[in-house]
Amino acid sequence: MYRYDEFDSDFVLQRARQFRRQTERRLTGELSEEQFKPLRLMNGLYLQLHAYMLRINVPYGCLSSRQLRKLAHIARVYDKGYGHLTTRQNVQFNWIKLEDTPAILEQLASVEMHCIQSSGNCIRNTTSDPYAGAAAEEIHDPRLYCELIRQWSSLHPEFSFLPRKFKIAVTGSPRDRAAVKVHDIGLRLHRNPAGEAGFEVIVGGGLGRTPFIGKTVRDFLPVQQLLSYLEAILRVYNQLGRRDNKYKARIKVLVHEMGTEAFQKCVEEQWEQIREGGLTLPQEEIDRIGAYFAPPAYEDLSDSVPALETTRREEPAFDAWLQNNVVEHKQAGYAIVNVSVKAVGAAPGDISADQMEAVAELADRFSFGELRVTHSQNLVLCDVRKTDLEALWRRLAAIGLATPNVGLLTDSICCPGLDYCSLASARSIPVAQSISERFADPGRLRDIGELQLKMSGCINACGHHHVGHIGILGADKKGEELYQLTLGGSADENTAIGKIIGPGFDAEGIVDAIENVVETYLSLRQDGERFIDTYQRVGRDPFKENLYASDQGR
Amino acid sequence: MPWVVIANRLRDGIVVFLAPGGGWVEQIAGSRLAGNEREAEEMVALGQQAEADQEVVAPDLIAVEERAGVIVPTKRREAIRATGPSVRTDLGKQAED
Repeated sequence: MYRYDEFDSDFVLQRARQFRRQTERRLTGELSEEQFKPLRLMNGLYLQLHAYMLRINVPYGCLSSRQLRKLAHIARVYDKGYGHLTTRQNVQFNWIKLEDTPAILEQLASVEMHCIQSSGNCIRNTTSDPYAGAAAEEIHDPRLYCELIRQWSSLHPEFSFLPRKFKIAVTGSPRDRAAVKVHDIGLRLHRNPAGEAGFEVIVGGGLGRTPFIGKTVRDFLPVQQLLSYLEAILRVYNQLGRRDNKYKARIKVLVHEMGTEAFQKCVEEQWEQIREGGLTLPQEEIDRIGAYFAPPAYEDLSDSVPALETTRREEPAFDAWLQNNVVEHKQAGYAIVNVSVKAVGAAPGDISADQMEAVAELADRFSFGELRVTHSQNLVLCDVRKTDLEALWRRLAAIGLATPNVGLLTDSICCPGLDYCSLASARSIPVAQSISERFADPGRLRDIGELQLKMSGCINACGHHHVGHIGILGADKKGEELYQLTLGGSADENTAIGKIIGPGFDAEGIVDAIENVVETYLSLRQDGERFIDTYQRVGRDPFKENLYASDQGR
Repeated sequence: MPWVVIANRLRDGIVVFLAPGGGWVEQIAGSRLAGNEREAEEMVALGQQAEADQEVVAPDLIAVEERAGVIVPTKRREAIRATGPSVRTDLGKQAED
């Protein structure tokens, strides 16, 4: 993974010290809250319902065991013993004290981490495929381009005060695990007929109160031109994006209002002016950054491990885990292991300091000391020898991180909701917990198969409900929590925005409603169909009829 | 309907309530209740002064009611602030009772 050079280290430490002075000035009254708020937000510090919340960047989800140990330390010393994995592949702490924050930032700097641009109207953490560099079907490792974007976008003087926040995602695989079509900019690496790598550039996707699927503005952008083209897009957005209404300020609204063609034309014109400038990436620079992401020292191993087959016959739980949580690796004899942070009845994505330390230890022992945070709020150990899978599984199971549900109904994405978030309208975690308990039986869960449930506690859609196969949106109706159901969304290469199915449900009713939808699917599915396939084949009517046939609807 | 003033303490962000003596307490049970609008206005002014004095952030007047002898905010959001996350009853004020 990328390592800071002297400049990076010094810069991040200077920023932590600068925040120490700003905090002192706030505490002595030299700065008012109005003056201080933008400064703390620039350092990822929000004020939430119970305390300050600190959001720490995990660049494109890549984390070292040393960094995870530091996060465990912060959780234990400065928080209440746990942290939360976010949909931007970051980590949040919920109980931070303002007076401790400068010390935390200094501690983070010591392990090459920071919170800069984890909030505010700037370019946020670039997200990517959590299997980057390891996926069997990968065309090109996206991490080196994520790192180039990180360096270009960090404190970019022109783009520090955009009309609104800006999110970029990059995938290098045909199977999109980075939701690139619902980002401000999505980049899909592929090769042209000559075998050269380049990007499909997708702009104007997004969720929130007005969901849009991004539009392709360029089919093939040579990798050398990545930064100049991004700069052209951001310039157009910065100049033309709306600043009069925060709900219409994202680039998706600009692209929608201008029309894709007109927007594209503006970008191309802007690009013509700067494409031959200093932003063209020299091959040496691409190679220099690429070297940080060179494959680890894989051993020459056989892909066939007979002992695994024996154990999976003897241990059904191990078999279920292999089926759901372990993915094929590009290197013979290795596997990608998803670490489920969605135990039955747990808050999705919440991980204790003890678990963080234990996983760091497992990363050191079994996966070259590195991990990934996924946008679906799990962890990944990317480079595990197949011969180590059983030992790893036993250790993960012992710390509650081997639930065999990755990609299944109980592996839901869920925002913190009204239990923590000052923007939320309704609670989301208790609903996720109830659903997780209702569908706790691993056999039933596997029978239902791939099903993505995503839940948000308000219209801002941090839980990505628009693109869940099943989506839940929490709202407040005259003081009562109300949950609206959407069906048919998808966040992969076949991105779709889900459709609202009908009137909402109360907290208890929504769990029954999910069960009703699942039962309808099971009754209609044909051989090999996933939930989303059946939904796309039959449409929403059968689901709606069954849902509202009884008196479940409120 | 009675009111209380809720805020976050500046230095640590913890939720606090304006107390009868003019200070701030962490439990809603110790908060000062405004029974009429004049008193509520006076308490809002005290909250604003405390914000100017770097004691608290975002003071807000919220409606409360008495349920079985306990003061409870009428809105769920404020009720959760006054107790702690409903999904972690081992944390927050509810754990300190």
